[in-house]
Amino acid sequence: MREVAIIAYHQTPMVRDAGAKNDVELVMEAVHGAKAQVGFKNTDIDFTCSGSCDYLGGAAFAFVGALDALGAVPPISESHVEMDAAWALYEAWLKIQTGHFDTALIYGFGKSSHGPMHEVLALQLDPYYTQPLWPDQISMAGLQARAMMDAGKLTEKQMAEVVVKSRKNAKANPNAQLKGDYTVEQLLAEPTLSSPLRKHDCPPITDGASALIIATREVAEKVLAGTGKRPVYITGIDHRIESHQLGTRDLTSSMSTRIAGEQAGVKKGKVDIAELHAPFSHQEILLKEALGLDDSTVINPSGGPLAGNIFMSAGLDRIGAVATRIMNGEANRGVAHATSGACLQQNLVAVLEGK
Amino acid sequence: MSDQKPVEIIDSPVYMNYSFAAGRATSNFLRSIKEGKLVGQRSSITGKVIVPPRGSDAETGTPTFEEVELPDTATVIMFTVVYIPIPNSKVQPPFIVANLVLDNSDQTFIHLVSGCKNEDVKIGTRVKAVWRDKSEWGYSFNNIEYFQPIAGEAPVDIDALRAKRLKEVEAFKHA
Repeated sequence: MREVAIIAYHQTPMVRDAGAKNDVELVMEAVHGAKAQVGFKNTDIDFTCSGSCDYLGGAAFAFVGALDALGAVPPISESHVEMDAAWALYEAWLKIQTGHFDTALIYGFGKSSHGPMHEVLALQLDPYYTQPLWPDQISMAGLQARAMMDAGKLTEKQMAEVVVKSRKNAKANPNAQLKGDYTVEQLLAEPTLSSPLRKHDCPPITDGASALIIATREVAEKVLAGTGKRPVYITGIDHRIESHQLGTRDLTSSMSTRIAGEQAGVKKGKVDIAELHAPFSHQEILLKEALGLDDSTVINPSGGPLAGNIFMSAGLDRIGAVATRIMNGEANRGVAHATSGACLQQNLVAVLEGK
Repeated sequence: MSDQKPVEIIDSPVYMNYSFAAGRATSNFLRSIKEGKLVGQRSSITGKVIVPPRGSDAETGTPTFEEVELPDTATVIMFTVVYIPIPNSKVQPPFIVANLVLDNSDQTFIHLVSGCKNEDVKIGTRVKAVWRDKSEWGYSFNNIEYFQPIAGEAPVDIDALRAKRLKEVEAFKHA
């Protein structure tokens, strides 16, 4: 295996509505921010891969339109996944493993304010039996939280504690959308949206984009030499998917996360920090258990997806958030998790280390 | 069971309402064209003028900011005679769809060429916009009904035109 490291990460501010800005303008901000950190020009990037969802903006081939942000003259080697950009990172990592490329730019973007976000997500469900009923993503997550409570794995107080911690941590994150000091009692006094979920248990609707650059050890060491930053090595990465049919899954646990975590080698060392792509508060508790993390690991120091959720990039943002802390020396080893699909259907786990 | 007909159709209607954001540059272009003006943007890196603008110079992937008002005269760079009708359009085939470059700009766009004999249109033909009645103007490139060849102007050599433009944009290149 070739050693691959994250050398740059940039995220736009996460906002409820980016106004007149379009996808291209958001992506330019993210991509130029990441390239500027390492002084990269297009000629320094061997491969580009992105993650986004055309249904989000309601424009066919929006992901191709986003190429206007890259400067694809002369033509570049590029690919796209209709998945969270964490999977674009996986594809780019594989490309580097083939030996054909040494560097890659990964970006993800989502302008969720364009359309009916929760209904858009119903379209990813089975088209014969489930989608015609239009179960929105909050109701689906509500089913999962209810199942966990029924199994004795979750209380409403625990869910509120996750939110209190998220918004407190987000106070130190200048890009965060939701932050502040709250109490469990305050949150539990709020009405439910889809019981047992309250509004604060759900991810905010966010506009934004982010970009990340990875490189082989040789390139990474050269580029970061003398900057005070260290390369953040991807020492393990794996992803697993479960059935499309909710009825065939045990929603109270995440077998796909557990296997991906084992394959990525989460338990091979101490985990200082973990960024978990848990769009709903109860999912953080579920994922923590699936990855075998205990209280010695700081979970979602950035505030996590409850503090800002760039749909299609929130998974990549978990990787970026862990990488930034390791790069700056605030942590040595961390775990980043990304998810896709209803109720944590598909999960990716990456182990990141500073050496 | 095998003689049963397969189920070939189910009804599962999908409606989605979106509010679209054209972007900063495209919004400016649409606001201007509603007033009968064509406004492009100049890339500070290459010096080239892009119209209609998209907010970025796709060649370099950098934001563009400088607005440049352009004339409504252009040159035919490529064209095709179309024999297939446009759905719900008054334009009758055969009609000409052309790739045009506005004077003082550097990126082509597609529009109709009409008001002439189709056989008279050549690569290099000089054309001018025929605007719809002002009462019909909206936020649309369709405010121009079509481009019409300019009487008395000879076709230009498009390679020479390109070379001339490239020399002109040098002055605007980012230092």
